[in-house]
Amino acid sequence: MKATATVPALSFRSRLPSFRHFATFLGVVIVGAAILIAIFAPYLTPHDPFAQNLNLRMIPPVWMDESMPEHLLGTDQLGRDYLSRLIYGARISLLIGVLTVVTSGLIGITLGIIGGFYGGRTDQFVMFLITCRLSIPLILVALTVVALVGSSLAVVILTLGLLLWDRFAVVARTTTMQVRNLDYIAAAQAAGASRIHILLREVLPNIANHLVVVATLEMALAILLEAALSFLGLGVPPPLPSWGLMIAEAKEYMFFSPWVIMTPGIALFVLVLGINLLGDGLRDLLKAGSRQ
Amino acid sequence: MTCAIEVRDVYRQFQHGGGFAHASYAVRAVDGVTFSLSAGDVLGIVGESGCGKSTLGRLIAGLLPPSAGEVLVDGRSLARLDRRERARLIQPVFQDPFSSLNPRQRIRDIVRLPLMAQGELPKSQQMDRVMEMLARVGISGEMAERMPSQLSGGQRQRVAIARALVLRPRIVVCDEPTSALDVSVQAQILNLLAELRRELGLTYVFISHNLAVVEHIATEVAVMYLGRIVEHAPTQDLFRAPMHPYTNALLASVLTPDPALGIPDVGLGDTYPDPANIPPGCRFHPRCPSAFADCKTTAPDDIHRDGRLVECLLTVAHAGSRQQTHSAGN
Amino acid sequence: MTASTPEPVLSVAGLRVSFRQTEAVRGVSLAVGRGETHCVVGESGCGKSISALSVMNLLPRGAIRTADHIRFQGQDLLKLSETQFARLRGDKIAMIFQEPMTSLNPAYTIGSQMSEVFERHRRATRRQAMDRAAELLARVGITAPGMRLGQYPHQLSGGLRQRVMIAMALMCDPELLIADEPTTALDVTVQAQILRLLQKLQQELGLALLLITHDFGVVARMAQRVSVMYAGEVIESGTAADLFAAPTHPYTRGLLECIPVPGQVAPGERLGSIPGAVPRIAPGFVGCGFRERCALATPECARAVPKRAAGGDHSYLCRLQPDWKRDAAA
Repeated sequence: MKATATVPALSFRSRLPSFRHFATFLGVVIVGAAILIAIFAPYLTPHDPFAQNLNLRMIPPVWMDESMPEHLLGTDQLGRDYLSRLIYGARISLLIGVLTVVTSGLIGITLGIIGGFYGGRTDQFVMFLITCRLSIPLILVALTVVALVGSSLAVVILTLGLLLWDRFAVVARTTTMQVRNLDYIAAAQAAGASRIHILLREVLPNIANHLVVVATLEMALAILLEAALSFLGLGVPPPLPSWGLMIAEAKEYMFFSPWVIMTPGIALFVLVLGINLLGDGLRDLLKAGSRQ
Repeated sequence: MTCAIEVRDVYRQFQHGGGFAHASYAVRAVDGVTFSLSAGDVLGIVGESGCGKSTLGRLIAGLLPPSAGEVLVDGRSLARLDRRERARLIQPVFQDPFSSLNPRQRIRDIVRLPLMAQGELPKSQQMDRVMEMLARVGISGEMAERMPSQLSGGQRQRVAIARALVLRPRIVVCDEPTSALDVSVQAQILNLLAELRRELGLTYVFISHNLAVVEHIATEVAVMYLGRIVEHAPTQDLFRAPMHPYTNALLASVLTPDPALGIPDVGLGDTYPDPANIPPGCRFHPRCPSAFADCKTTAPDDIHRDGRLVECLLTVAHAGSRQQTHSAGN
Repeated sequence: MTASTPEPVLSVAGLRVSFRQTEAVRGVSLAVGRGETHCVVGESGCGKSISALSVMNLLPRGAIRTADHIRFQGQDLLKLSETQFARLRGDKIAMIFQEPMTSLNPAYTIGSQMSEVFERHRRATRRQAMDRAAELLARVGITAPGMRLGQYPHQLSGGLRQRVMIAMALMCDPELLIADEPTTALDVTVQAQILRLLQKLQQELGLALLLITHDFGVVARMAQRVSVMYAGEVIESGTAADLFAAPTHPYTRGLLECIPVPGQVAPGERLGSIPGAVPRIAPGFVGCGFRERCALATPECARAVPKRAAGGDHSYLCRLQPDWKRDAAA
């Protein structure tokens, strides 16, 4: 057998213990399913989620008595098919999750990289902005915005996007500071590369690992926050089938028809769990892969 | 002969953190350095940790602006060159082959970066130059497609050299380019550097703590201590007849592989150099075996003699005669 | 091994250490006598550090260690449980490492770290331990030991920290000191001081010293016996005098030619070098680990390699005769 002269890359699989393996796999399955459901929603829903039928209100789901086979999860207080609303709700949750993360990511990462790279006064200013942001109470701001502008999907996405960038900024700043002093950055400067090139092509790819992990976790947070805001009436307006809104609307019937509140609640829980498991798994994976 | 590099009274300070409990303090990493280097020569800069040689290297390469003073490359002030012009004139090679290459880029893209930054040649021509340079340093075309983590330390350092030379600069600043490599690989890289210098007519600034390596590759040597050059002479002169007590001590500490000899007593005492606390008078006096009363109060001037530079009060005291040297390797 | 020392303090035979995909150590045997310095020298990846850690049973998880015997003062270390071993470590066998900053816990004072060792092994009181610590600090040449005991590692320079490490290693009067590249991270003047100190202590205390290094200068000046390692094997061993007078294995010779020696360097001449890089040995490897890089390799080298004697204690692993010449036919 030959002795190898170059360094072989170690397989990442060998580094993940098997429980973690399973948890990550579960996360991937859940998130994958949610994405597919969201994309193919129109083909999957048996009924129109907005179609009301006041004759068929509060029909229980199939595993209870007095259910109807064409409404697998029953209907809500306005006779709308619950399964269809749930499926469309996935769309809303994911849409909010993704768009919020994109907006807050852009803001946070830009600020973090600039502060971390330039240091000095610039960095102090960025830290100041982060501190200000951390002092802002989310609910009160949402309240104010809604009072001024009214609630809609766009308002929710913008509000959350403009407020949830702090973790991105902190992680981007710290990782940029670590990368900043490495020789390949100095080599790129010596090579005559422009500042923009260095930030985008030398720094960013090397901190992207950590940012992806933050993105998944922020997505979970955004989804939960939207549900909370909608529950409080500050989020997505009815009749949109946001899971949070569905929970709010089901409040009154909680004791008589518990499935109305449990179904979106469980869906929310499962989705957020899936995203968190995926994020954890990504973090382990990327840590293992980047070890030399 | 034109001066490839001229360093005029360059200073560089760093401020280190204040906080509630302690005031911020200044570290004088480079504290007044002046020299000039002719084209085609190799200047070896030696010194121990805290002497400022790496900082000086970065100042010369244009990676750090000086706090005071000027660096001229090819007669032009470095500060006034834009990044592209500077990149065409002077390039660095760093110590750590693991951190000097972007782990997320392929070798060929790493070496292409300087050409891309110039923005003059079309991509295919850039690639030709890249592959030509890689072949010249001994990296095959197949290896050019790989990522840095798949190469050994010596191979990575070759890639770093290729990147530094792809723009055909006049001057290369090498900061301990072989210190992180195994001895057998070190020799390969040093030979490569020497060949390339002859072939491409380069001028090197070679920073190292390894005196033997410097003696091998440099035409002149500058010894740094706490931010200043305390001795500067042609290589053979410095090694055969050192004039500064610190140079003596350095040479005496080099352990040649001679089993008949023991460990020399370098005679420097226990204090160590701290660039945040530079002693008054001659900065070397707390550790100097030949220090006398004046050394504590008077900072020595530079003395130029026979094409050499020395900064020591003893040289003044023994004006006209060579200072006695410690016998090396007792 | 020699006539005057009946039983070596440490005797290792047939040590093999393997990890999942690599055989790091493939049959290492060596012995260190009382008052003797045995240097293990080699480049990175040759297995020298792993061998030292094996003796101390400090290998990382996933390592598989076997040996014919590892005897410390006649006692077989292979048969000891971890608790029994813990009693030996720090007490009769001490170890110092390359990076003094990471070997000293930055959260505790020097005094508390040093006294911990003594209190644990000798069941002493704090008072007694601190007294002993101060005594040892003075022994290793640290001034104002009382003050130093109250300081934290970051307040000391690299050289001082390494002295503290040595003092800490000596707290319980060990019989064997294993030093893994103790001066590699230090400046060359400090290196000379530390090595002098080790030599002096060894003579005073009759300490057996197993010194791991990559620097042949250190080997020549410090060692009585030398083992040269390559790719997990000891490819040449003997007394320092014999080895340097007549280096026999092609690797040893090649390596010695790579090292520039001040005063013997012709500037502009190529340094000897060994092509290629240090390999990683996969399980099931047979034959000479050096054959890919050896100019004199033949197909015979892919089979088992004989151990030859080059006179007296001096032995090496190669098919070539002791008096081979470079240009002789294979």
